[in-house]
Amino acid sequence: MKSPEENNQFLNVLLVEDSPGDVRLTQEAFREANLAVRLHVANDGVQAMAFLRQEGAYVEAPRPDLTLLDLNMPKMDGRQVLAQIKADDVLKTIPTVILTTSAADDDIAKCYQLQANCYLTKPVQLDAFENLVKSVNDFWLAKARLPNRQAED
Amino acid sequence: MSIQVLLVEDSPGDVRLTREAFRDINAAVRLHVASDGVEAMAFLRHEGAYADSPRPDLTLLDLNLPRMDGREVLACIKADHVLRTIPTVVLTTSDAQSDIARSYQLQANCYLTKPAKYDDFAALLQSVNDFWLTRAQLPQQRASA
Repeated sequence: MKSPEENNQFLNVLLVEDSPGDVRLTQEAFREANLAVRLHVANDGVQAMAFLRQEGAYVEAPRPDLTLLDLNMPKMDGRQVLAQIKADDVLKTIPTVILTTSAADDDIAKCYQLQANCYLTKPVQLDAFENLVKSVNDFWLAKARLPNRQAED
Repeated sequence: MSIQVLLVEDSPGDVRLTREAFRDINAAVRLHVASDGVEAMAFLRHEGAYADSPRPDLTLLDLNLPRMDGREVLACIKADHVLRTIPTVVLTTSDAQSDIARSYQLQANCYLTKPAKYDDFAALLQSVNDFWLTRAQLPQQRASA
């Protein structure tokens, strides 16, 4: 368990992603972009909700400063995770950015309707994917103001 | 294709700076201005003088405004099924934690604090352009929407 001081030095990012390849690319891209990022991974929607609600193996999970959410996943998909996050008064203030291969207009519209904070399409090429992660870092973790974790208590 | 940005801002100075910055940053941006919350809602709902107003691709929303403030505008936008899908970015001088938390609670898409210096302000708008108008996927404009 981290002390609050120690937790505050880090930016906790929750990546909800079932593809091991994409998890690895995201980890590597954040390592290049920002050493203060601690990337936590949930491989499906059920794990993601357990992490966010600090249930079971995740009792000591930190509250994410940002969540990156894939849409198509086993067990519970990203649309359901998004709906649950945004229906929960405690969790809804966590900026939740959709990061998916889908560029379908219906998915984009549905996610904004469910109050996703932003929608991004994963590029296929490695360099472009790294650039996208870097721009997420530069915008969300450097420019945007995020809800203060101290305010939760 | 032009990109429609609605700026809800009561300070003529900030309006002018935002207009000049976007002119340099992205020539496709058409900046529309509402100088208080009542005007903003009329623009978004195509009411009165705004019957022909376009649906914004992005709204930049100040918090402290005359008549109807930005928190009320945000609550109205996000309670409306047609308007809620418009990405709404709070852009304000306030860096109070209570404003940040409350704005995210009301489902602001993002919260940005205006820097005091022009160069920093222009750099912030550059990053809004690079992220929101270049990287992000925005809901498609639909005739019925």
